[in-house]
Amino acid sequence: MKRFFAFVKKEFYHIFRDYRTLLILFGMPIAQILLFGYVITTDLKDVKIAVYDPTPSEVSQQLVHKLESSGYFIVDQYLNSPSEAEAIFQKGDVREVIIFEAGLAENLVKEGKGNIQLLIDASDPNMGNLVNQYTQGIIRSYQAEMIDAPAVQGGINVESRMMFNTDLASVYMFVPGTMALILMLISAMMTSISIAREKEMGTMEVLLVSPLKPLQIILGKVTPYVALSFINAVTIIILGNTVFGVPVKGSLILLMGESLLFILLALSLGILISTAAKTQQVAMFISLFALMLPTILLSGFIFPIESMPEILQYISAIMPPRWFIVIIKNIMLKGAGITFVWQETLILIGMITFFIFMSVKKFKIRLE
Amino acid sequence: MDTNTIAIKAVDLNKKFGSFSANKDLNFEVFKGEIFGFLGANGAGKTTAIKIICGLSKPTSGDITVAGFDVYAETEKIKKNIGYMSQKFSLYDDLTVWENIRFYAGIYGMSKKEIKEEADKLIDKLGLEHARNKLIGSLPLGWKQKLAFSIAIIHKPAIVFLDEPTGGVDPITRLQFWEMIYAAANDGITVFVTTHYMDEAEYCDRLSIMVAGEIKAIGKPLGLINEYKAKDMDEVFVKLARG
Repeated sequence: MKRFFAFVKKEFYHIFRDYRTLLILFGMPIAQILLFGYVITTDLKDVKIAVYDPTPSEVSQQLVHKLESSGYFIVDQYLNSPSEAEAIFQKGDVREVIIFEAGLAENLVKEGKGNIQLLIDASDPNMGNLVNQYTQGIIRSYQAEMIDAPAVQGGINVESRMMFNTDLASVYMFVPGTMALILMLISAMMTSISIAREKEMGTMEVLLVSPLKPLQIILGKVTPYVALSFINAVTIIILGNTVFGVPVKGSLILLMGESLLFILLALSLGILISTAAKTQQVAMFISLFALMLPTILLSGFIFPIESMPEILQYISAIMPPRWFIVIIKNIMLKGAGITFVWQETLILIGMITFFIFMSVKKFKIRLE
Repeated sequence: MDTNTIAIKAVDLNKKFGSFSANKDLNFEVFKGEIFGFLGANGAGKTTAIKIICGLSKPTSGDITVAGFDVYAETEKIKKNIGYMSQKFSLYDDLTVWENIRFYAGIYGMSKKEIKEEADKLIDKLGLEHARNKLIGSLPLGWKQKLAFSIAIIHKPAIVFLDEPTGGVDPITRLQFWEMIYAAANDGITVFVTTHYMDEAEYCDRLSIMVAGEIKAIGKPLGLINEYKAKDMDEVFVKLARG
């Protein structure tokens, strides 16, 4: 044990003496969570719109007011003619032009129906879709208010409630995703780099010849990163909670336990990478390409797995972060207990076993 | 040198990787306190043999004892009784002189008190007092090399393995380094050294030359030079390597 502690102590020296390592370890999680939380957002906020209303009336004014007071839209300007729309879109600030038909209020009273045309800038399709849905939603709810007795009209009144994330805030999605990304990157990349460094410097030979057992060397390498990654996980949860108000509805202990499990998984993956990588550069390269991109693209972090092509859905099933994201989303947002996430947990444990088995096998071959 | 005590003994050491024989019937003895040169071209099988003797890999067949311990069953004991220094000097650049000493002494299980005593002695002997708390990365190569050697024998091993220990240092430093090797041998430490420099090989008490997995010659440097009617070790080596 004394030998082991001498080793762990040395590892901490390596980490704390290298400002780049420190920066990645502690700067990256905070930067990432703030970036993902604030910048990459799929929520609508203050989208600029333009309005063409040839015959201003109470109806059209109430509608415009309702759009503005929703917080999603700001009226940038009123147009004098519908033909100005194209020029306005080309300028790029305005995302939507709302065109009321002439005599809308009269038509509503006389014929019981009126027309509103929505022109939407769909050069960013996601944004276009959102703008369309939000606008239609607001118009529908206005309509519902206007009609005094919906039952008499015989219409079906649909009332949807967004569960677990009432505001549809995308930061709820990014906190679990970022947590997976950070833990994966830090744990796997840092361990693989630090093991590769021993090889590159030639110190690995000396360690192997010493009375330290290979297992002690590996454990000594990962122990500091388990501790530091865990601190990171806690930081992300606290930041998510205090800055973005992402709740932790389930058991905190379960959440921490699952995080620890995922850290171990990432570390075992890092060890596996290091058995293949001879230099720090190679280790970093493999970590970035094999871990970072799939974590972002295929884990359901940003793009929903259900809407991927079938083949990619299968590939995403072997991505460890995918299952971890499901687990922490369930725990944090839905307050799920272990009875709801045991399957995903088992998958993570299975993956850890597999990676460690592979590492040990490769390590032995290399020693021969 | 104590020719009555054998430090390393190999009898018919064989190592095969599939059908390829990396080591063929190696037979040699190294005495306590002897400086034994282990020569051979790249790929001759030196590294394979050293790995076996250090307990990192198992031989296919043969009887090998190191410091009195069997390489099949007692690798843990062997590891405690040997020191190792490679051509890369294997110190941590981002640790100080003192931290490097403490780390390596620590993984050999030395107590805090022992580490302190030995470190003081070592730093004093090398005249590194002023550099005690300096990072290794800031030291000149020659100092690193001397320090690496001193650290490799800080736990007083029976045998120290030096894998091309003088690569990249200037001739004067090399000479000083060999003085340290002689001093260690005088203290009873067996020195097992590989080198590419043939003039250096002549500093050894005895040496062996490996060609294609076999030991082609073994003996005192002068003896080998006479035997092969050569003017120096270089010529002996070339004659043997060409077959």
